[in-house]
Amino acid sequence: MAKIGVFVCHCGENIASKVDTGILVKSLSDHPGVEICQEYKYFCSDPGQETVKRAIREHKLTGVVVAACSPRMHEVTFRKACAEAGLNPYMLELANIREQCSWVHSEKDQATSKAIEITRSLVEKVKRNNELKPISVPVTRRALVIGGGIAGIQAALDIAGAGREVVLVEREPSIGGHMSQLSETFPTLDCSQCILTPRMVEAIQHPKITVMTYSEVEEVEGYIGNFTAKIRKKARYVDMDKCTGCGDCIQKCPVKKISNEFELGLSNRTAIYTPFAQAVPNVPVIDKSRCTYFKNGKCKICEKSCQIDAIDFEQQESVETIEFGAIVVATGFQIQDTSVYGEYGYGKYKDVITGLHFERLASASGPTAGKIQRPSDGKEPETVVFIQCAGSRDPSKGVKYCSKICCMYTAKHAMLYTHKHHGSNSKIFYMDIRAAGKGYDEFTRRAIEEDGADYLRGRVSKVFEENGKLIVRGVDTLLGKPVEVKADMVVLATAMVPQPDAKNFAKRIGIGYDEYGFYNEAHLKLRPVETAKAGIYLCGACQSPKDIPDSVSQASAAAAKVLGLFSREQLEREPVVAAVGESTCAGCWGCVYACPYNAIEKKDITDRNGNLIKQVASVNPGLCQGCGTCVTFCRSNSIDLAGFTEKQIFAEVMAL
Amino acid sequence: MSEPFEPKIVAFVCTYCTYAGADLAGTSRLKYAPNVRIVRLPCTGRISPMFILKALQKGADTVLVSGCHPGDCHFTAGNYHARRRWTVFRALLAFTGIPEERIRFSWVSAAEGAKFAEMINDITDETRKLGPFTQYQELQKVIETQSSY
Repeated sequence: MAKIGVFVCHCGENIASKVDTGILVKSLSDHPGVEICQEYKYFCSDPGQETVKRAIREHKLTGVVVAACSPRMHEVTFRKACAEAGLNPYMLELANIREQCSWVHSEKDQATSKAIEITRSLVEKVKRNNELKPISVPVTRRALVIGGGIAGIQAALDIAGAGREVVLVEREPSIGGHMSQLSETFPTLDCSQCILTPRMVEAIQHPKITVMTYSEVEEVEGYIGNFTAKIRKKARYVDMDKCTGCGDCIQKCPVKKISNEFELGLSNRTAIYTPFAQAVPNVPVIDKSRCTYFKNGKCKICEKSCQIDAIDFEQQESVETIEFGAIVVATGFQIQDTSVYGEYGYGKYKDVITGLHFERLASASGPTAGKIQRPSDGKEPETVVFIQCAGSRDPSKGVKYCSKICCMYTAKHAMLYTHKHHGSNSKIFYMDIRAAGKGYDEFTRRAIEEDGADYLRGRVSKVFEENGKLIVRGVDTLLGKPVEVKADMVVLATAMVPQPDAKNFAKRIGIGYDEYGFYNEAHLKLRPVETAKAGIYLCGACQSPKDIPDSVSQASAAAAKVLGLFSREQLEREPVVAAVGESTCAGCWGCVYACPYNAIEKKDITDRNGNLIKQVASVNPGLCQGCGTCVTFCRSNSIDLAGFTEKQIFAEVMAL
Repeated sequence: MSEPFEPKIVAFVCTYCTYAGADLAGTSRLKYAPNVRIVRLPCTGRISPMFILKALQKGADTVLVSGCHPGDCHFTAGNYHARRRWTVFRALLAFTGIPEERIRFSWVSAAEGAKFAEMINDITDETRKLGPFTQYQELQKVIETQSSY
């Protein structure tokens, strides 16, 4: 027999001024199943909660209705009070007679009768509540970090630094990402390699980090705390354990004319190669598509040159299946293909290059050893024109958004150019200078005031060649005049775009993306590193264009989220989940179709001899989020949602 | 009629958007007609057409279903399911003997307290014009002698 306690809160005057609590108490006292009905000025206060607890103990209440504010306000408070008094916290309902009654109605008698109906219907509901226990989900305390750029490295180091295992997966032969291609970094002009390579080495040497390079995440299954990832390790044809990174094989390889991807085609590489000198791990890979042995069945010069027999032409790719509790996605960006701007002549004139090419030219470890030289003839350019927003903020041809880093790196390029080549002349066509960040505006001012960068506000309409010079025709909107600059080199500040396979990858691991393919965060302001899928976090430029400081801070934030999750062995979840009545389930799979979380699986029912009798639906409580869509889909009423069962809701409606 | 007709409106709402919107109307102290009774559910996806029929049977003159705007569902797609279900259910309304204007479908976000208040006032006014919905209530009298639900 139900023994319900009803507690009517005055909320000071907030409720009592519009609802006649005396009438409410009297009416509810007479309601069948109500054991005790009390009123008090503030039930959420300590003495108020004590009253509730005492009543639960003294009257051995089986359910509690607190007629007060919204459950969004104090449900947690009173659940706690119930639990402390020995009553299951889910045997509580809050009747919202403040936000949805006393505050919105002015006639006292109408508000009172509405309050009576609201409270009564919840008394009927709570009579049918079931005792629920929070669901415990075990947490595998190992993190998967996808992408070995600066963001991924930072996240991996932070998680591993706190003592948790990390697997860092990178699809290129070396970690380092785009940052390893940069020369100097704004706004401090410290060399990118100098600050990055120690981090790369730290990551690969860390006892808690397993670095898997030349590997790709194929598939992710599971849910927060319990993911399973399939990681494809591509064949390197070099034994990682044996190789010492001496480089003899690279020296001897006869195929030398392959365009070097890391140098963006500014130099060549061999068929067995490391992408760059400081690669981590410093183990070469064989480019199967270009290797003479793989093409003709003859050569193996690298094998002969290797003194420790590290070359293994028989190596096969393999797929590893590893369990994880959390995933950090740090897959980074690409630069937009600038050939959409035919008028700038990219691809047509060798000396029209992108900002990333310029980074390689300016880099001490680059193809020119840090000398700024024209790709066409190797001469030092006297005048360089930089065109900003060559793709960004251009909805017609490029992308709508601002790529955020180009204003800064263009100023840096102009500076580096001046530092390396005195008496040089850099002209920068810009739309706006966006230099928001610590030390950023000072940096661009320095480029203009100390290093003589000539900023022209306006767009470029055309770049063409005339007598060995690149003529840049544009407009200076501040002077209101067309301008023409004779340049030796043109550098385009191309837009940052998502990785070409970003959308497909998002679908494979079950996270959302925006119209461009950048990954969606759970909330742009308040949950910027979480995705809508619990347990998967974001950092770096895969979420939006970012510079290094932002990527690193976001990586640390993602690591903090992972570590928060890993601070417990068990994850406690609200028990509001669906459950299937197996005796009536007919296996129509309507619920499987309805479930947005893939939480419903097919389960075999067998007799004692193991013969299959039928298949029924089965809800994974770890995946179920408790929306109840499946319940409404079920043709045979076999599935129900704890906390909002059919019985509870019908009872609630009938009492209205 | 001696007394003016006071309609009863039962609203089935999701807890993440419309319930929160109704709370916002409260915290903003917006005044609206006291004729609505709100049933809180996790998601509009949970709302069965049976709830609507039951409410009408029990004396509701109009039933409102309201949840998150398309694309905003806390559970990704519950409101889309609800919308499709409504499309199918609407086709069955003539069969069930319910005039279409007795059932209202709407999106109210957690930020739309004013929209919620306005909507309740509108529905109340319109229901007042429609008059009481009695067909099902009469049926209920028969059922009440038999059912234990």
